[in-house]
Amino acid sequence: MSDQTPSALKRTPFHAIHVALGAKLVPFAGYEMPVQYPTGITAEHNAVRERCGLFDVSHMGEFLVRGPGAVDFVNYVTTNDVAALAVGQVQYSGILNERGTFEDDCLVYREGDGIMMVVNASNAPKDLAHISRHVARFDCTLADVSDDMALLALQGPLAQEILQPLTDVDLSALEYYHFAMGQVAGIGDIYVSRTGYTGEDGFELYFAPVHATTIWTALTADARVTPTGLGCRDSLRLEMGMGLYGNDIDDTVTPLEANLGWITKLAKGDFVGRDALVSQKAAGVPRKLVGFTFAERAIPRHGYPVYCDGAPSGIVCSGTMSPSLGIPIGTCYLPRESAKEGSTFEVEIRGKRIVATVVKPPFYKQASHR
Amino acid sequence: MSNIPSDLLYSTDHEYLRATDEPDVFIVGITHYAQDQLGDIVFVELPKAGATFGAHDTFGTIEAVKAVSELFAPVSGTVTEVNSALDGDPAVINRDPFGDGWMIKIRLSDPSQKDSLLSAEAYAAHTGA
Repeated sequence: MSDQTPSALKRTPFHAIHVALGAKLVPFAGYEMPVQYPTGITAEHNAVRERCGLFDVSHMGEFLVRGPGAVDFVNYVTTNDVAALAVGQVQYSGILNERGTFEDDCLVYREGDGIMMVVNASNAPKDLAHISRHVARFDCTLADVSDDMALLALQGPLAQEILQPLTDVDLSALEYYHFAMGQVAGIGDIYVSRTGYTGEDGFELYFAPVHATTIWTALTADARVTPTGLGCRDSLRLEMGMGLYGNDIDDTVTPLEANLGWITKLAKGDFVGRDALVSQKAAGVPRKLVGFTFAERAIPRHGYPVYCDGAPSGIVCSGTMSPSLGIPIGTCYLPRESAKEGSTFEVEIRGKRIVATVVKPPFYKQASHR
Repeated sequence: MSNIPSDLLYSTDHEYLRATDEPDVFIVGITHYAQDQLGDIVFVELPKAGATFGAHDTFGTIEAVKAVSELFAPVSGTVTEVNSALDGDPAVINRDPFGDGWMIKIRLSDPSQKDSLLSAEAYAAHTGA
């Protein structure tokens, strides 16, 4: 159905494995990525909630920051407080521009000798250019190592049980949003990170692409592991109310509007975008990202028009039929005064306006991590 | 090939027409290829019996996890029956598109329109199978 030429797209080191498994490959962020395997999105979604899924997310971008000024530099170009991180800790954060709106969201890994930043694939070149403008003022180096990093996400309530026999890292001692360097399947120097984008317990493994087949094969040797694609990754993250750059956040919204005040530490000192946020906070945040559902049998999708008190109020940011809950769920921005839990507004689906109700994410409340 | 039964007629929009015992009444559904392209189907919106459609008119909507798709009437006619089982179990379209996953029965208002539809061989060529 797609006319895009696959040859123009980059491939992850797992490409041949996806093809052999019969994955449906689609262009995503400049890569040819598996959206689903023959298992299907719903079954893959349920596999992650009930057992364990394995995602190839090698398209993500990784930057290494090294040198004595690494923490100060990353603290300046991100919203969360990097100085508060202990070595071995991970933090969700935002990269803003001077307007206080998102260039990207990211993970910040505090290492003994610096920082690793993990950014969205589609934004990686832009992010690098953006933060490079500030690096000269700090005593550190910045390198894009995206092409030297394969990334697998093992996600689900059984993840620890499945990974432990394959690694020398004591997973029972590894807390959520922490990481350790260790061996997996006999391969050393792997970042074993207790993070993910599904709400379930799980691990993200960063390693050299040359080991891709070894690691994939070792993990999938356990029959409880289901290869899972980007399709269910989207429904899993949306059930948790986790934002997606390009849908829920972009360079038109601030973290205060996106309910990401918790990753925005205005008191930590100066950072890119801080002044704009201080002004917005003083003036009052005009709109808020909300979760919603409705009783109609229809699926809200990105881009559908939203009406609040009869007036156009933007579009649906993210939406799907929740596989775990069996109800339509979505996100959109509403004027602050209408963004309260229980308020109603309208979503237009194929010309018909449907009454939706604001609900507080996460939509799915039984996940192993929230 | 088995995913394109030889006894059916096909539209370029990936619907099929299956003859019934009643002359000029045909079963309409979507093909195996279409359900595979759509992925997991979450629900379908179908017309009521008695509704009339011209060829290529939209007669319904199919919502899959990743995308929504319109259903186009392959021929003109009147709906005589709707597969109500799809309400409770839309995924049957994924499992059995040519059998229990059928959608509507339609009485052709102009039986000659059948001649514009594709044979199994022509449809196979159309989908690149």
